[in-house]
Amino acid sequence: MDRTKPLDIVHGLAKLATYPHHVLTWVDEAGYPVSVAVVAAMDAAAGRATFDAPAGLAVPTDRDVSLTGSHIRPQPGYGYDERRHVTVWGRANAAPDGRLAIRATHAWGWDEAEIPFFEYSERSVGRSRRYFDALSAERGTPVKPRLAPGWLALRATRLPFLTATIVPVLVGIAIAATDGAFDLPSAMLTILGAAFVQLGLNVANDVFDTTQGADDANVTPTQFSGGSRVIQYGLLSLRQMATIATAFYLAAAAIGIVLLAIRWSEALLVIGIVGFVVSLGYTAPPLKLVYRGLGEIAVAIGFGPLMLLGAYVVQTRGALSWEPFVASIPIALLVALILYVNEIPDRRGDAHAGKRTLPVRFSRRAVIRGYDVAVALAYAVIVVGVVAGLLPLPALLVLLTIPMARRVHDGLAPNYDNPYGLMAVMGVNIKVHAYAGLLLLAAYALVLLLGAFAPSMDLFVG
Amino acid sequence: MPTLPAPVEALLEAALVGELTVVNAAGRPITYPLIPLYDGERIYLTSSVLFSRKLEHLKHDGRVSLSLTDPVALGGRTDRATIQGDALVIEDDPHHGWERLLAIWERKEPAIVAFLKMRVALPLFFERSLIEITPRRVLYWSDGQASTEPVITELEREAA
Repeated sequence: MDRTKPLDIVHGLAKLATYPHHVLTWVDEAGYPVSVAVVAAMDAAAGRATFDAPAGLAVPTDRDVSLTGSHIRPQPGYGYDERRHVTVWGRANAAPDGRLAIRATHAWGWDEAEIPFFEYSERSVGRSRRYFDALSAERGTPVKPRLAPGWLALRATRLPFLTATIVPVLVGIAIAATDGAFDLPSAMLTILGAAFVQLGLNVANDVFDTTQGADDANVTPTQFSGGSRVIQYGLLSLRQMATIATAFYLAAAAIGIVLLAIRWSEALLVIGIVGFVVSLGYTAPPLKLVYRGLGEIAVAIGFGPLMLLGAYVVQTRGALSWEPFVASIPIALLVALILYVNEIPDRRGDAHAGKRTLPVRFSRRAVIRGYDVAVALAYAVIVVGVVAGLLPLPALLVLLTIPMARRVHDGLAPNYDNPYGLMAVMGVNIKVHAYAGLLLLAAYALVLLLGAFAPSMDLFVG
Repeated sequence: MPTLPAPVEALLEAALVGELTVVNAAGRPITYPLIPLYDGERIYLTSSVLFSRKLEHLKHDGRVSLSLTDPVALGGRTDRATIQGDALVIEDDPHHGWERLLAIWERKEPAIVAFLKMRVALPLFFERSLIEITPRRVLYWSDGQASTEPVITELEREAA
């Protein structure tokens, strides 16, 4: 994955012409580089640079010399930015006007305005692998990059994304509680089991995206997209990640069995099996749902109805109702939109790996419109659910997140092709789901409180 | 330990960026902009393993030069210098070893300490080797002009 591009000569010289001075360098007779600042004139079309010979120093004509331009913008108290540099190489010879000339044969450089630092780093990951391989061979023992165990666990499991699980499970438990069904031990086990399923999914996703080439093809991962990268960075091996994913799934299965034993219902059994299949089949062959353009739907179902209804039926011992199903729809839509927006910066790498996500298949305009429709639908379901008497009136609190969703909409178009600009938008989009879920939870907490202290007050329409 | 001329030490202290030139296997000079860190005796630079080709070149040939030429990166100073020397790659501990220079680095790039706290976000950037340069010859242009002959200082070599 060392995918930094060389420059063509014309482009290199044209870039070099923009620098106020140039560092002329050659290797002296003792084998040491010598550098001197000159001001060169570029003729990019002719592939030539000319400059006055430096005083007192003999520029060799029998070996390559180079001209380098480099730029930073100091930021007092911070450091600097606007980093860029370019070098061209060639043989020096005497020009007709008595100056020295170089006919360029190679060029190389980097400009963070063209390739952002994070992408440049990602394109250089292969170089770090070769470095550690060489160092390991030199020492005769493996040398690997490291992270503190806590940070590594956080990164490998993508722990902060657990809000996608916690929100629907808590809402499911809360709705069950308003229906008079609440059992603390099984509620705690449900949260733990669901969390293990998601952590297993997160880790398995990295394993299968690596084996299928999607994560390697992605050179613009961000804090929210492109996987954990722990395999690509050599922090953990594929085998270690596969073991971790298996452990999470086994732990989740064990908790599922315990829940079935203590809170048996056919509904729970069905939800558990479907949830397991959807979770593992998300990226794993043969289903590979996300590679077939079904990832958004799988995530919506898994982190919407399955999580919420699963938590609900654990508490009610299998009794189902429309209320938790309706409540799960906006959560399902908003969680699918997390994936949907996070897929935007990944779309080139995903397309390369044959991952047919919606942003891969649809135009920019259609993708943004898709966001608008889905988010509007999420809020519409809340309003219709309240009007129809299926959701309590305080559920309208969820509408408080509309301005945040609007910010996501506003940020999509200008940052569509800028993964790092899109990072802030992705962050807000994740908050839309989390805050909407917490407000729905608050709504049911209010229902519970009023049920306890003002039982005559009806919070449902009709 | 060889002593650098005072104006060159001042340039090193001021420089946010210098140009490190190494020699590749084909004998061609390759120049990398890097932050020079000077502890009063030796010059240090650090290189992330992400950008470690320079280290390969250095292990093959330790002869380097460090030029200080950009007035913008030198706090407005217009004098210029090139320091030739012998470089040693120190990579005993790519994870923590370079952090002994963090205080000097922070003086030039205060944000580096905050970045380091976010190591989880950029783990490979903070796996770094040290490049230690022992100066042997200095070229100094007090007016910064290539039309003026540089003052050349040969530094005394340490006894083997």
